[in-house]
Formats: sequence, C-alpha cells, structure tokens
Amino acid sequence: MRSLRRFLTRLLNPAARRAQDERLREEIEEHIALQTEENLRAGLSPIEARRQSMLKFGGVEAMKQDYRAERRLPLIEDLLQDLRFTLRTLRRSPSFAAVAIVTLALGIGANAVVFGVLNALILRPLNVPQAETLYELERASDKLGIESYPNYLDLRDRNRTFDGLAAFSIGRAALDTGVNPSHVWVYQVSGNYFEALGIQPYLGRIIHPSDEHGPNSAPYIVLTYAYWRSHFEGDRSVVGRTVQLNKSPFTIVGVAPPEFRGTLLFFSPDFFVPIVEQEQVDGWSVLNARGNRCVTPLGHVKAGITPAQAIADLNSIGSDLEKNYPKDDGQMSFLLARPSLYGDSFSGPVQAFLTGLMLLAGLILLAVCANLGNLVAARAADRSREVALRLAMGAGRTRILRQLFTEAVLVSLMGGAVGLWCSLILLRGLSTWQPIPQYPINIPVSPDANVYGVALLLAVAGGFLFGAVPVRQVLHTDPYQIVKSGSIVRVGRRLAVRDLLLGVQIAICAVLVTSSFVAVRGLLRSLHSNFGFEPRNTMLVNTDLNMAGYRGDRVRVMQKRMIDAMETIPGVTSVGLVDAPPLAGGGNPRWNVFTDETTDLRPSNALAEALIFNISPDYFRAAGTTLLTGRTFSWRDDKDAARVAVVNREFVRRLFGSATNAAGRYCKTPDGTRVQVVGIVEDGKYNSLTENPQPAMFLPILQSPSSSSWLVIRSSRDPQQLAVAMRNQLRDLDGGLPFFMQTWNRGLDTVLFPARVATLSLSVLGAMGAMLSISGIFGMAAYSVSKRLRELGIRIALGAQRHAVLQVALGGAFKLLTVGSAAGLLLGILASRVLASIVYQATARDPLVLAGVVLVMALLGLLATWIPARRALSIDPAILLREE
Amino acid sequence: MKQKADVLQGTLALMVLKTLGVLGPQHGYGIARRIEQISGDLLAVNQGTLYPVLLKLEQEGAIASEWGASANNRRARFYRLTRAGRKQLQVETQDWEQTAAIIARFFEVKAEDLS
Repeated sequence: MRSLRRFLTRLLNPAARRAQDERLREEIEEHIALQTEENLRAGLSPIEARRQSMLKFGGVEAMKQDYRAERRLPLIEDLLQDLRFTLRTLRRSPSFAAVAIVTLALGIGANAVVFGVLNALILRPLNVPQAETLYELERASDKLGIESYPNYLDLRDRNRTFDGLAAFSIGRAALDTGVNPSHVWVYQVSGNYFEALGIQPYLGRIIHPSDEHGPNSAPYIVLTYAYWRSHFEGDRSVVGRTVQLNKSPFTIVGVAPPEFRGTLLFFSPDFFVPIVEQEQVDGWSVLNARGNRCVTPLGHVKAGITPAQAIADLNSIGSDLEKNYPKDDGQMSFLLARPSLYGDSFSGPVQAFLTGLMLLAGLILLAVCANLGNLVAARAADRSREVALRLAMGAGRTRILRQLFTEAVLVSLMGGAVGLWCSLILLRGLSTWQPIPQYPINIPVSPDANVYGVALLLAVAGGFLFGAVPVRQVLHTDPYQIVKSGSIVRVGRRLAVRDLLLGVQIAICAVLVTSSFVAVRGLLRSLHSNFGFEPRNTMLVNTDLNMAGYRGDRVRVMQKRMIDAMETIPGVTSVGLVDAPPLAGGGNPRWNVFTDETTDLRPSNALAEALIFNISPDYFRAAGTTLLTGRTFSWRDDKDAARVAVVNREFVRRLFGSATNAAGRYCKTPDGTRVQVVGIVEDGKYNSLTENPQPAMFLPILQSPSSSSWLVIRSSRDPQQLAVAMRNQLRDLDGGLPFFMQTWNRGLDTVLFPARVATLSLSVLGAMGAMLSISGIFGMAAYSVSKRLRELGIRIALGAQRHAVLQVALGGAFKLLTVGSAAGLLLGILASRVLASIVYQATARDPLVLAGVVLVMALLGLLATWIPARRALSIDPAILLREE
Repeated sequence: MKQKADVLQGTLALMVLKTLGVLGPQHGYGIARRIEQISGDLLAVNQGTLYPVLLKLEQEGAIASEWGASANNRRARFYRLTRAGRKQLQVETQDWEQTAAIIARFFEVKAEDLS
C-alpha cells in the first residue's frame, strides 16, 4: 500500500518538478545558512564558517541525484535522458543516422513484405467461422484436392467425422444481363456449401441443400459482394432478378458477405451457382462420372474428432469405393490439407518458396545488423575518449551501455518505421495487382497486426543485435590509458570478429547475386527454349461455344465456320483449333492408356497417363509442332471413321518402347475403345516449363468433341495487326459470342509467372544484398584508413609506393571480399538446385553466370573501396604529422 | 555497498521519525543537528543525505511538511509527524527492538553454548 502510494506520487511528479527543485534549493540554502550561523557563533571566520558548513552538508550534486531518484522513477527518467542524448548525437552525425536508418529500412521492410505475403497465404486462416477445424480433402497419392462428384457424394453421406462435407469447383461462363455478354468466373458449389462453412447472406438468401433436386434443378445465383458492387452498382433490388447464364435463365437469390470470396485464397470468383447446374455452366456434366475428378471437397471436422480419426474414417470409405469401382478409383487414401490453396501439391511449392524467401530476407536483415554492428563499433571506438571521460567522472559502465543500446534500438525503430511504411505501400499494391489478366487471380496480402508486430519485433531485436557489438569494447575501456594517450588502435581479436561479420555478409551477398543470375539466365533460356510449339507470330482466341448456347452438333459446325473465317484473313497462314492449348494454365484431362492386349482396364494396369488434346486437322501446322512420322488428321476423321490418335514421342516410349514401328499400332482408352496411332509428333511442355517429358495424346475434335475452343492463328506478320480483322470476323459469325484474344507469347505469362516472381524477388534481394555489402565494405575500409592515418602518413613520408600504401590500407578488405565471394559462390551453386524446381533449367554450372558473379563482386569491391583508397593516397604526411 | 546505504537509509528514516516524535515539528537542519548530537558520527558529514530520506517519508505519508518561520525569522520548511507516521514509528520501534535483541543474543552466544 505504502509503495503503491509512493509509486503514484512519483508517477504524477514530473508536473511538479520545477517547484520541487526550487523547494530543495531553498531548503539546502536554509540548512547551510543555519549551520554557518552556528559556526560563526563557534568563532570561525565568515568564509571558513561557510566552507565548513558546505563540507558538512556533503556532495550537493550526488544528494540531488538521490533526491531525484527518490522523487521519480529513475528508469524512465534515465531512458528519457538517454533518448534526448541519442537524438542530440544523431543530429550531430547525420550521415551515420541516414546510413543506419536507410539500411535498416531496407532490411526490415524486406522482411515485412515477405512476411506479409507469407502471413496472408500460409499463416492466416481462411476468413470463415472456426477456420481452425476446416480442412480440404486430398488424395494421399498425388496430393491433389480434387475428387469426382459421385465419390464426393459417397464421402459426404457416409462419413461420421465431418460437420457436413461441402464441395466446389471453378467454372467459366457467359453472363448476359441484357447488355454485353461477358465472361464470368463462377464457383459451382454443393447445396450445403454455405451452410457447411457457416456463411450468412449479406442480402437475400444463400443456396440451401433443399434447392437440389437432381441435375438442372436449381438455376440460382449468389453474387459475391465485389461483383454485386462492380456490376450491379450495389442495387438491392437485384435479388429476384432473372439473368441469362450461357443462354439459360438463372435467378439471383442473394449476395454473399463482403469478406467472403470463396475458399481459394488467391482466386476471386464473380458468383456462386449450385453444382447440379453444371451442364448449364460448363456445357457438359460429369456429375455421374466417377472417374472424373473435378470437385474439391472440404468441411469442418466435428468437435472432439482429431484429424487422424477423420482420415481413418475417410480411408475406410475410400477402400470400400476402391473395391466397388476398381475401374474408376485408383488408390483412395486421403489426407487433410489447408483449405485455401488447392491441396498440398500446390501449397507445398508456394510454402517452400515463401519460406525460402523469408529465410533470404532474414539473412538480409542479419547482414544489415552485421553491417551496422561494424559501424557502431567504429563509432564507439571514435567515441572512446568521450566514454573514457564519462567513466572517469564516475558513470557506471551499465549506464553507458544502456545509453549505447538506447541509441541502437532508437535508430532501429526509426529504420523499422520507415521500412514498414514502404512495405505497407508495396503490400497494398500487391493486393490489388492481378498478375494474369485473363484470370481473376490476386493475392489478398493486406497487412494485419501480425505484420506490424513482426516488424516491431525485428526492429527491436535488430537494434539489440547490432547494439551488442561494441559491448566488449566499452567494458574493456581503460579510462586512464585513453585520457592519457588518446585513442589506441588495437589490432587484435576484436577486429577479427568484425571481419568475420563482414565476411559473412559478403558471402550472403554473393549467394544472392549468384542465385539471381542463375534465375535470370534460366528465365531467359526458358523464353527461348523449345516448347514443342512455336508461340511467335501466333494469336490465341479463346471461346466457349457452350456459353453462347451452342449444343451438340452445332458446336462442330460453328468450330469449322470459325476456322474457315479466320483463314480468309489476309496474312493468316494457318488456323488450328484445340480444346485447351499447352502451357495455358492446365485444363487438359489425363487419361489412362493401356496396351492393345490389356483386357483388365483398372488404373494400375495403365502404362501411361496421357494428357489429352482435342485438335482440328490443321492444329499442328498452326502451332508449329513438328510431325515426326505418320500423318495428322483430316476432316474425314469424324465420328463414323475409325478412332485415331497422334501421340508424342514420350507416349511412344512409354507404350511401345521404340518409335520404329509405332505408327499404325493400337492402344486402349479407359472405356475400352481401341485407338490407332497414326502419327508421332515431338515432345513438348504441357503444364509447366520445369516438368519432365509427359506422354500426350492428340485426338481429332470430330471424334472427341469439345465446346471449349482455342483458335490458334498463325500469321506471317505481327498478329496484333490482325486482331481487329479477327474480332470483326467473329462478330459477324455470332454477336453474342464472348471471346478472349491474346498473342500466344502473352498467353505464356501464366506458366512463366512463378519463374518471373522468383527471378524478380531474387534480383531485388540480390540488389539489396549488393548495396549492403558495398556499405559494409565501405564502412570497414573507411574505418581502417582513418584509424591508421598516422601510420600511413609515416609510410608515405618514408617513401612507400602507392600500391604498397593501398595494400596496407585496403588489403584486409580485399582479402575479405575474395574469401567471402568464393564462399558465397559455392553456397549459391548449391542453392541453385532448389531454384531448379521453380525456374526452368536453372543451373549455376554456366560460365556466363560464374563470370558474371565474379565481375559483379569485383565491381562491388572497387566501388566500395574507391573513396577510402583515394583518401589513403591523398594523405599529406607533412600536414598529418604536424597535426598529431 | 548498495546494501550498506540501504541499512543506513532505513535507520536514518527511523531516527527522523523518532526525532520528530520527541521534539515535534522541526526543519531539516534541526533534525540533522539532533541526529548528530545523539548518534555522533552518522551525520557528521553528508548531512545532505537527510533530504532524500525526508522526501521518501513524505511520499509514504509518514510525515508532512509546510513552510514556516525559523528561529531567526527566516522561511524554512517544517516537518511534522502524521498519524500514519506515529503508527509507523511505533511499529518500527517495536520491530527494531526485537531485531536488536535477537542480534544481541547472537553476539552473546559463545562456542560452548552451541554444542
């Protein structure tokens, strides 16, 4: 109680401080006056009487300090004092402050940005109620979070461990609200989707399980909030309105809440429709195809059930399905994955990449700290006279250290604030960035409290880290020696530690430079590598005839008309059509393929899982794919003709072993159809640039129809110039046909995206690392020159040659640079193996990369030591020796 | 070193309380004189150390202070014991006597007494 009262008085005290100081002064005066009178009475002279009474009173300053300590909270007061002092000293050395704040801003900002992305994609749970129990189902065999609809129904109805298992898949459709028909992205959801996730409507109602009465029974739409705002201007009367989705009527029943944009983090759909409407949306229905995996199941695990129990439950259903449907279902064992990133096969690399990036950013910050540690240590050495003086006057060493740490942490917090501010701008930009124009993909990385917290933590930790560097130095200061003989240059272990820090930093920089070079080279190479087709001078026109209301045979007729129309445009050399071109973001189904002799068509007996492309006769010529042997298709390869296929070399290798007699042989598809291989084409890249050769099978579009149509239009000149003509031709054919047009090179952006991001990130980090190394080497060299100025002057006076002076002044820095670079280069070569999974053919065993790294590091050294070297060479021994 | 200062301060506070209890309101110099008279060496030098102790006691509410006129009619700050201070003096006197008695007994003990 008593101490509480004291604490409160002290806390409130600063206000009354002046008055109290005055009161103390008066009391002291009175005390001394009374004592002096007493002494006078004892017979002392007036001067002696006052002197004696002062002596008796004791040290006034020490007492005052005690008095103040008694009066207030010394910790806080000291802190304020240190802060004021720090601000004063920083204002006196603005260059140090600027360098420290900028480098720290770089380091902490980089960390905040990377952490912001990591936080948004990996750490932050999906924005739905009770996200911690929400899981996505994925197959253990391929880690893909997709299941066929019939399998999903079995899992939903037979599991005992989930609170409702929902499912969704992404589809694309054309929406006609009476104005221009436009492409939209829709979530096709199971009836229980919203209920299982616990989503309440913002307006109107959501889709309920009771809406479903078999296929095509629920033509309802729930809009996302964003689409409602952007396309219906937030009109509340939109509920109940009927719109045309792919030419069939749908009713808008509600609007989803603002914070809910589906269950994939990076994908923002336009609206939700029941999955039983799949035939309307996609133009076909696989709701009865047990072998066609197309929906992503997810749900909340029941309270009290562990994930392991849920998996066991699912697996028992799975093994049952395996037994009952051996033809359709391969290995049916399950895993539970994060619900937001499409299963582990996708989230795995994302997570690995972001973790790697975080690690690199952390290394950058470490480099910053090492760098600033050097600077701070150099500063402490420069200030050794001041420190010695303070020690001599009775300051405690802890108090001096506290002041140094206050300075370090203050600088770090300032740098952190600047860095955080920059990173917030960057993250905001990133949140609205849509990397691939055709897809509504973006990364909602809006920063939250976690990001701020991490930045603050890093700033404080960083401050303590580099502030700790000069601790030993201060603890071992001998005030007597320093005050007597000036600052002493000691060459010993202390410098060795500093050298090590800088060496590590140079090595880190070399690692970053190496990996960014490797990434850039890989990216350049992948732009000019052989994809198995030729993207130059080619235009892609993507449309889905189903969206425009074409069904059945009309699709085939329209496709032929489109091809013919395009061929009439002058400058067009060939036109092909494919249901989904390679490297356009996937979408090609895979079929199990069997040898002709196989009779038991279960998945485990398949020799290959081939990617299927449905193509028009002229596709290979338009795409620039080389036919190795045999023939391509003609329009006579239709439904009535024998089933034929063109396959790639890898397919032949898997199925027939050698290519010599492959043409003319037969293989079997899962439904038992015998297909004759009539031609063989070169291998290509189909899903990603880094993939291994994949077996592919091309089928004539007349035998294997598809409403999804990509026209591949090769021209003899820049296809952009023909865009208007193509547009007009398509409008003439059908004004209500929504289509998307881009050059094939632009279309490749999708597959190059990961490599581009990796390269960009590495380049940015590499540039930052280089900047840090420059400042680090610069600091060290400048320090070494200024500390040995006298020695260098003597050497010059004695007739040392320029190169000898440089050797003495900068030899250490260059040795560090060489060793650090070599170590970094080696590590970088090792690191490039990790990179190879993201960037096509990333390898450091490339003379250009190696030479580039060596050149960059040498340039870096030259740049960093230029000014110190000039200073060392321009020493005038006469002036210098006179001054000292 | 720190501990010695604490002990000193603790005893000094008790002496201040006792002085005020016996003599009634006093200014700083008066308290210092009194303590010097009784304790001899303790306040012969560093009389200033008294003032932080006075402040501490005042903050704890054991004493109160106000301006008044000293013997030669000058402005001086007078300290007096409050009710809480009186109680504290009582309790601490008791504590101190107890402690002193125990310590004294320990010093009286000889080796043979402990066997």
